[in-house]
Amino acid sequence: MSKIHVSTTVNGDPVDFLCDPRETLLDCLRDKLALTGAKEGCGTGDCGACSVEVDGRLVCSCLMLGAEANGKEIATVEGIADGDTLHPLQEKFIDYAALQCGICTPGILVAAKNLLEKNPDPTEEEVRYWLAGNLCRCTGYDKIIKAVMDTAADMREAS
Amino acid sequence: MRYHTPASFDDAIAIAAQAEGITRFLAGGTDVLVQLRSDLVTPDDLIDIKQIPGTHDIVQNADGSWTLGIAVSGAEMTEHAGLCAAWPGLVEGMDLIGSTQVQGRATLVGNLCNGSPAADSVPGMMAAGVTVTVMGPNGTREVAVEDIPAGPGRTNLAKGELIAAVNIPARGENGGDAYQRFIPRTEMDIAVVGVGVSLRLDGDIITEARVALGAVAPTALMVPDGAAALIGSTLDDAAKARLAAAASAACNPIDDKRGTIEFRTDVAGVLACRTAQRAYDRAQGKKVAKHV
Repeated sequence: MSKIHVSTTVNGDPVDFLCDPRETLLDCLRDKLALTGAKEGCGTGDCGACSVEVDGRLVCSCLMLGAEANGKEIATVEGIADGDTLHPLQEKFIDYAALQCGICTPGILVAAKNLLEKNPDPTEEEVRYWLAGNLCRCTGYDKIIKAVMDTAADMREAS
Repeated sequence: MRYHTPASFDDAIAIAAQAEGITRFLAGGTDVLVQLRSDLVTPDDLIDIKQIPGTHDIVQNADGSWTLGIAVSGAEMTEHAGLCAAWPGLVEGMDLIGSTQVQGRATLVGNLCNGSPAADSVPGMMAAGVTVTVMGPNGTREVAVEDIPAGPGRTNLAKGELIAAVNIPARGENGGDAYQRFIPRTEMDIAVVGVGVSLRLDGDIITEARVALGAVAPTALMVPDGAAALIGSTLDDAAKARLAAAASAACNPIDDKRGTIEFRTDVAGVLACRTAQRAYDRAQGKKVAKHV
């Protein structure tokens, strides 16, 4: 079976890869580009552990083919920090201990960052609905929600 | 599996018409990829129609009607102030599907063609009188949304046919619509019952109404007796009682883990009245919050 040549941009860097038409964007990120931040939790778009941005839009990378990434701008959790300087969300997740096993964390960071870029002052209800597609089975959601709310407050103050 | 990215609907139809094995059209992919990954459906030809010009556009026409491209996502609909103001019920039905991530990709046409009786966007489209433009090897036709589903997982589209656009009527004056569903959770679940209502008022009197039910029969249903119960009334208690009876009478549901036949039948009546009230309030220009 012939492979498809995909030219895309990941975290600002131009990237080319060859993929089978059945491979998802998640497969391509993890197996071809060694970007293993996005996780496969369910593989069916229910858990959000594979969340990435495509042209600024939050999506599950398990629900998109690698071939569909051609010409798109992909942003993953690996692009959130600025070198060694963590993103404010990452700092707050550490401060609040908003993770335990960490499998869901990359997806939640990507989703929360996408929310705060669209809405710098969300209500708690808005944060909870926005993150309803990111499942966490150990921390419980309170610390995560508090970390996002507090980050939003800090970022508003800083801006 | 061959992956195609045709540049026109004619090319997409030609590929589908010549294909010998299983064909799937790909827009948002939120159902197609799940079926692919779980080995339920492995297409021989997967035809990605998102690169066709116009498929991402939300256009309001000169007569006030709307034309939506087949790749417009739920998130793009929810972010479109004009569309939300005109057809809040249609948009809220779409918006209830899945998570933020799913909203980033999922489409009205995908929800319709996946053929689930519980598809949340479908009763709202039916109530609004939405049609779809069907193109195929034998030409183009305009089909009412309620005539697309044939049963669970099946549509009335013929081989090589696809949906090329979604046509939403002009809202016009003194109109309102709403969609509500019952689920055991608050978010991210499949409808046990879904109700779409669209109506128009003259003063306090309902002059036009359309009522549609989801998840209570093999396909979403129009309920003409429910519409007749509303027309001529001010949505008083007697009209609501007639609407509830008509909605329950239209049900032909299954028993499953989400709800029994008896429960679905009863809830359809209750929810039809609540949804009609929301549509009525909107027609009167009152602000009605979504997700209630």
